Amino acid sequence: MLNRLKEMLIKELIQLFRDPRARFGLLVPSILQVLIYGYAATFELHHVRMAVLDFDHSYESRELLSRFESNGHFELAATLQNRHQISDQIDHGKVTLAIQILPGFAELLRKGQTAPVQVILDGTDSNTALIALGYINEIANGFAQDYAYDNLTRKAPSIAVHLPNVELARRPWYNPNLESQWFFVPGTVGSILFTSCLTLAAFAIVREREVGTLEQVMVSPISRVEFILGKTVPFFLIAMTQAIAITLIGTLWFQVPFRGSYLVFAVGTAVFLLSVLGAALLISTISSTQQQAMIASFFVITPSITLSGFSFPISAMPVTLQYLTYLDPLRFYLVIIRDTFLKGSEAGVLAPQIFALVVLATIMLSISVRYFHKSLD
Amino acid sequence: MNLKRVLAIQRKEVVQIRRDPRSLAIVFFMPVMLMVLMGKGISLDQKNVPVCIFDREGSQQSQDLLKHFQASPYFRIVMVNTDYRSLTSAIDSGRCSLGVVIPNDFSEQLRKGGTVDVQGIVDAIDDNTANLIFGYAESVVAGYSASVQIQYFQSHGLTEIQAPISIDSRTWFNEDLDSSNFIVPGVVVLVMVVVGTFLTSLTMAREWERGTMEQLISTPVTPLEVTIGKLVPYFLLGLLDTAFCAVIAVWWFGVPFRGSVWLMLLATSLFLAAVLLLGFWISAATKSQLAASQISLVTSFLPAFLLSGFVFPIDQMPIVIRAISMVFPARYYLSLVKVIFLKGTGLGPLLPQLLALAIFAGILGTLALRSFKKSL
Repeated sequence: MLNRLKEMLIKELIQLFRDPRARFGLLVPSILQVLIYGYAATFELHHVRMAVLDFDHSYESRELLSRFESNGHFELAATLQNRHQISDQIDHGKVTLAIQILPGFAELLRKGQTAPVQVILDGTDSNTALIALGYINEIANGFAQDYAYDNLTRKAPSIAVHLPNVELARRPWYNPNLESQWFFVPGTVGSILFTSCLTLAAFAIVREREVGTLEQVMVSPISRVEFILGKTVPFFLIAMTQAIAITLIGTLWFQVPFRGSYLVFAVGTAVFLLSVLGAALLISTISSTQQQAMIASFFVITPSITLSGFSFPISAMPVTLQYLTYLDPLRFYLVIIRDTFLKGSEAGVLAPQIFALVVLATIMLSISVRYFHKSLD
Repeated sequence: MNLKRVLAIQRKEVVQIRRDPRSLAIVFFMPVMLMVLMGKGISLDQKNVPVCIFDREGSQQSQDLLKHFQASPYFRIVMVNTDYRSLTSAIDSGRCSLGVVIPNDFSEQLRKGGTVDVQGIVDAIDDNTANLIFGYAESVVAGYSASVQIQYFQSHGLTEIQAPISIDSRTWFNEDLDSSNFIVPGVVVLVMVVVGTFLTSLTMAREWERGTMEQLISTPVTPLEVTIGKLVPYFLLGLLDTAFCAVIAVWWFGVPFRGSVWLMLLATSLFLAAVLLLGFWISAATKSQLAASQISLVTSFLPAFLLSGFVFPIDQMPIVIRAISMVFPARYYLSLVKVIFLKGTGLGPLLPQLLALAIFAGILGTLALRSFKKSL
């Protein structure tokens, strides 16, 4: 049996590495994708373009606007003269938000009355608008607090000294500077590994069926299990190599800390890849042409990435969809990869995820082994 | 160019599409699935964040602060800890997303005055969620702080002091900041990218791999006729699919459609032409379904998801990545679709994107024809 398996493996490896273009395709696209998407995927806002319209021209209004400019999240793109320009700027997408200070702003402040500041946001990107609005409130509240405190200090210094002020001291664990790349780079590594392993394996098997060489292999004395092992082991090895390469990019290029144990990471990756290969085999047993295999892969990849928590927190999904995420191997792997990278979690903490992946892998591999038999009849 | 020959190729292609009803069904089922998953499932906003509390003092004042957390719609207290260790493990295991630690001399510090810190601990691996939670927690604490200050002023005989600034915000085009209004038009684009690329990228490669291309070449049809004849059925299928998606978006998800249908048709036609020609070029150039599908996979879903501005804003990306994003037609189509759906502006502001798509279609058409001719 081992002998036959060895022959089969040699055949598969020759097939995989024969064509220089195919060889190139095994590693380079994954590396490039991690490099590009590691930079692209972020919700951080550093230079949201802003227009300002100051009708008040007072010391206070300038002080408030300068706080917006120097905060690091906004970038002054236009200083406007009249209201019509606001709609022009936002309609053409030149700015994301406009801040308007009405005449009499400083006077109201000095009288101790509430002074309004108008903010107009482009809501087509509701997420950016939401985050930007949060920053705006933060800046305005800071200004308001300082202004009120200065006022009080001038009027009644003895009372101001003992004014109690409760603040939240932020303690962001595992990611002290709230670096977006620390979150997205490990996620990108997992997602790219998922797509490339799934499609490479699924297409290769269907291709044999379509070209007709699958029957040639099956008439040989090789058994079903040997055949499936011979088909999956090479892809497993390639995917493990990919995993090492793109993880190194994450740590060396993007400087994401790797705090966990290599063993836990390797075990987690191995069971994850087995479940992905199970899915790939399943796709290849239900598809008779490569076009069908491709459609089926899209059908698996798009919901898997959406539901994995790669970019959208699972805790914010409706409960029914949260249950659906348990069918998604990537969901469990992203927890493993992020936790071993950033938390340095040990095997004990990650046992539920690893166990879930083992279950998924077993189910998918055994279904595909059974159906593979039938599909040859 | 001979119209009859073009029509003949078209008919052959239509027969081939019809012979695979499963794939055809997926072309219409996939949009529904993606729309439901993404339109209903994607939300970056957090509500009912589970909170655990470690109140080291247990005084009237610290209880007052906790009441502010209880009253907030963003938080729900799920656990009261009595030691630091259980708080740590609750956060590590994800049972709580926010841990609040009140110092043991909280009321004493309040009496003395000055700044009093309350610790907010968040598992910040997901920086965006952490930021949102911190923001909500800060507003709760600020609310408590204001009530303490009012008491303080009253005890010193000062009248109540008003908050000096109010932010009056208006969100245009999406008044309630409804995330499905922002996501669903983007899903229409994602679906079209996926459907468009994968349908065509295989049509040519399949012919080469099966050897039927030689048969096609030996007939008197010209490359241009083959290209048009093969693409028109997919083009019509794509238009139909877009209309289907748009109808779902408007009727099921209640996304407003404020722009002109004709502009949408123009944008979609240009985009489909670009995407179909891209797929055609890939398959004519690689001549292998395996390579064609790998390339189209790499150049369709993930770029459309990550580099088109679907959820990650392009203008926040580094300049090199912004330059790379310009190579993907999805980027232009996405901004067109969002504007047409939500803003409803006229042709003027959309011209640059439309022009970009037209240029893409032109370049890809030339490339596709040339690589097809060369392989003859």
